[in-house]
Amino acid sequence: MANPQKHVLDFEKPIIEIEKRIAELRQLSINEDLEIHREIERLEAKAQKLRKDIYTKLSRWQRVLLSRHPQRPYTLDFVERMLTDFIELHGDRNFRDDPAVVTGLGKLDGRPIALIGHQKGRDMKEKIRRNFGYPHPEGYRKALRVMKLAEKFNRPIISLVDTPGAYPGIGSEERGQAEAIAKNLFEMSHIQVPIIVVIIGEGGSGGALGIGVGDTIMMMENTWYSVISPEGCASILFHDATKAEIAAEAMKVTPTDLLEMGLVDRIVEEPIGGAHADYDRAAAILKKAISTELVRLLEIPRQKLIGQRIEKFGAMGVWKEN
Amino acid sequence: MAWFKRVKTGFTGQDKKNLPDGLWIKCQNCTEVLYKKELENNYSVCSNCGFHFRIPWNVYIDIICDPQSFYETEVSIQSVDPLKFKDSERYADRIKKAISTTGMSEAVKTGTGNINGLSVVLAVMDFRFIGGSMGSVVGEKIARAAELALRRRFPLIIVSASGGARMQEAAYSLMQMAKTSARLALLADAKLPFISILTHPTTGGVTASFAMLGDVILAEPNALIGFAGPRVIKQTIGQDLPDGFQRSEFLLEHGFIDAIVTRKELKQNLYHILTFFIDEKIDETQSIAKKLL
Repeated sequence: MANPQKHVLDFEKPIIEIEKRIAELRQLSINEDLEIHREIERLEAKAQKLRKDIYTKLSRWQRVLLSRHPQRPYTLDFVERMLTDFIELHGDRNFRDDPAVVTGLGKLDGRPIALIGHQKGRDMKEKIRRNFGYPHPEGYRKALRVMKLAEKFNRPIISLVDTPGAYPGIGSEERGQAEAIAKNLFEMSHIQVPIIVVIIGEGGSGGALGIGVGDTIMMMENTWYSVISPEGCASILFHDATKAEIAAEAMKVTPTDLLEMGLVDRIVEEPIGGAHADYDRAAAILKKAISTELVRLLEIPRQKLIGQRIEKFGAMGVWKEN
Repeated sequence: MAWFKRVKTGFTGQDKKNLPDGLWIKCQNCTEVLYKKELENNYSVCSNCGFHFRIPWNVYIDIICDPQSFYETEVSIQSVDPLKFKDSERYADRIKKAISTTGMSEAVKTGTGNINGLSVVLAVMDFRFIGGSMGSVVGEKIARAAELALRRRFPLIIVSASGGARMQEAAYSLMQMAKTSARLALLADAKLPFISILTHPTTGGVTASFAMLGDVILAEPNALIGFAGPRVIKQTIGQDLPDGFQRSEFLLEHGFIDAIVTRKELKQNLYHILTFFIDEKIDETQSIAKKLL
């Protein structure tokens, strides 16, 4: 286990209870008591079954909660486990470095790639520094700068999405939040190298899409992606932010929903118990999914790749025509 | 001055009750009472303070295009309710209601038209249709307008008026931002001009996609233009917003639009901009394309 379980969601409690009991019994069983040993085995089986039961039947809202789990692995946790020789690059060369977005160069299975991703903070100090994962325009511009760099040197791009949204503030409006996102959508649609996008946590609206245009779009199992946060939708349409759970159901925000809607290509499995239960395993599964996809994309002639990318987004949506 | 105005307001305020409905309109900005006919003749701009009243799509067509030159495209595409979305009202009912009150099939009209003889593809949004919000159909129509411009080699002009992406279509709406931007990238690769005109209000997913991607971006005076709505920003930062925040003049000052243009000057300005971008060669292909129309 990569980290001790500190924060517990309501529906995780029964599992945590059993795990606690197992830990207690383990302490007792130093003298090899067969009865205790059997009890541990029984409880472990029970915990495993419970995990499976709970995690295969999560509601949409429970997935939203998991996507925001305080111990959920963030971009740099994945970078650490998936890439080698990673060097972070800072700044948009215009205004400042936005810590809510990280960018850099690294190697995936020895192959040089460019990495961009949203970054949340773990402790309060870092949370504030990274603005809780809400980027400013300079975050999007930094991402674009590094993507252009990747294009120049013909390196594929991996984008990890995890933001509640682009920051709504005075400075971000003054510096053109809308323009920064629009420009990224425009540029990413025809950047001449493969782009793989993975929603690793929260896919909050334009703030997510702003680094979310690519050839393959994947979502990890316990994530959400929509036009607005469930809370935002609830407060605008239901006039009550506490109805977020209903809004999450109404907007159909989970990976399975988006796969059915034809808006993402595949779902990346998480370890049972969620990515926060086992960082290493979560990163290993994600790395394999990205590597496989990268090999496939690199074989497609570039012009065809770009055409497919534009067509992919061109086909999105539902309407009727007489 | 203040004293003078006060008298006038009191006078007209009393008078208003006796006026036949619809003949007079009070300016939302300076409270001047305006004769409706005169207001319409003045592009729905207040003759006293220059306030631009919100106008429906067809008035923009009249303002921008040569008479009788607009030819509407994509008339048969309509919204559905893919998520069976229901808040205080069913989305399907919202669409029906919007269709009956506006006479439009969706929040954007697209087509071809002429500006002083120059052919263009035009898309005009209308805020009356569910707040001009962008769902699948708005995204698709904008994308097809860009495609048509590409095929005919016409410049593209989009008049935006929108609260942003349409929540009732959730993630489908979000992806329209990428769809429209990607199509505009093709237009740009083909070196065809795109002029974006921002009117009150242009916010959210529309601003954060095609509206901000113009080769030239024009805005009507005092239009609200931004990513997040002022209410959301106020809630987030917990303080009042500065005067004029997110208005056209604010965006001009911060370098995000090229110019503020009144409705009266709009057509002439568009024409001059287009003649700058279009050379004879394109004129030729235009006339060939026209013959093929």
